[in-house]
Amino acid sequence: MTVLEVSRYRPGIDAEPVFQRYEVPDNDDWAVLDGLNYVKDSVDGTLSFRWSCRMGICGSCGMTVNGEPRLTCGTFLADYDGVVRVEPLHGFPVIRDLVVDIEPFLEKLSSVSPWLIRSGEDPASEFAQTPAQLEAYKQYSMCINCMLCYSACPVYVLDPDFLGPAAIALAQRYNLDSRDEGDRFDVLSTDEGVWGCTFVGECTSACPKHVDPAEAIQRYKLTAAVRSVLPWVRL
Amino acid sequence: MTYYTPPVDRLWWTRRRSYFVFVLREFTSVGVAWSALLLVYAAKGNEIPVWLVPINLIALAACVFHAITFLSLAPKATVVRLDGWRVPDYMIVGGNYGLWLFASLVLAWVVL
Ligand code: SF4
Ligand code: FES
Repeated sequence: MTVLEVSRYRPGIDAEPVFQRYEVPDNDDWAVLDGLNYVKDSVDGTLSFRWSCRMGICGSCGMTVNGEPRLTCGTFLADYDGVVRVEPLHGFPVIRDLVVDIEPFLEKLSSVSPWLIRSGEDPASEFAQTPAQLEAYKQYSMCINCMLCYSACPVYVLDPDFLGPAAIALAQRYNLDSRDEGDRFDVLSTDEGVWGCTFVGECTSACPKHVDPAEAIQRYKLTAAVRSVLPWVRL
Repeated sequence: MTYYTPPVDRLWWTRRRSYFVFVLREFTSVGVAWSALLLVYAAKGNEIPVWLVPINLIALAACVFHAITFLSLAPKATVVRLDGWRVPDYMIVGGNYGLWLFASLVLAWVVL
């Protein structure tokens, strides 16, 4: 048996989260998420948490496991000794149990205009792109919006207005796309944007998709610095 | 709906080794500032008192730590692609060290 120590917060009942322990059977191939689903199906149906794909694609199962931000569908119970503590992602308001408020994060994502910005006529045919042009931004397009990087970032946890790693990486995904003609300078080159980052680097360590948001941010700092001196340059 | 907002954790930098190393790195800037002031002081022809030597050694260590961490982080900000090939990090770091050495040699040649 493995013991899961799960953070519970029931609005209107609990003033603040409390821990509750559940025993789940040992299974070598069980992820933390399987343990939670066992609890929900067989022990306590009131436990609330988000999940969908169970294969590291949807980005909805992020939680804090023994203090670390993790995708619970890709974190295996067999890798832990003793009690496994599951809490909601740190740094976000808790709606209930392991479910956090993602609204502010979604607003940040849309604030960077995450789409191809074009001027002029709609093209008559598709935009062609070479493999090298795809490679220039591909890494930043792998983000699954799991928010683990925000939870790992002390700047974000201290200042929730910080635009944060994934939103800036997403902006770079479009900035570095050969088809994009947009300009995200006014959103990114601000105190709440790239200049809020002190380069702790934990976002990159936490990212399950190797997006390397810390790199995206430092690159844009260089772009913004050069742009401030030579406004016509596009890096 | 009442959401639970956790209180701000003032001791966040003690919670993880990487946070602590980060805060140490930030503090090395005090050593850098100290060394800069010392240089200005010495450049005006003042003698540096002996009792300051231990402090200066600590400041020197802080400067070296600062420079090394700064240069090893440089590839994150400068991603160079040549015809689709991404110049590997160690070459960018090596180039930075090369420039550092070159600048130091030029300075040494001018000063000495
Ligand atoms: S950058 Fe990585 S850690 Fe951050 S939201 Fe995207 S996939 Fe998750
Ligand atoms: S359930 Fe989809 S990423 Fe974990």
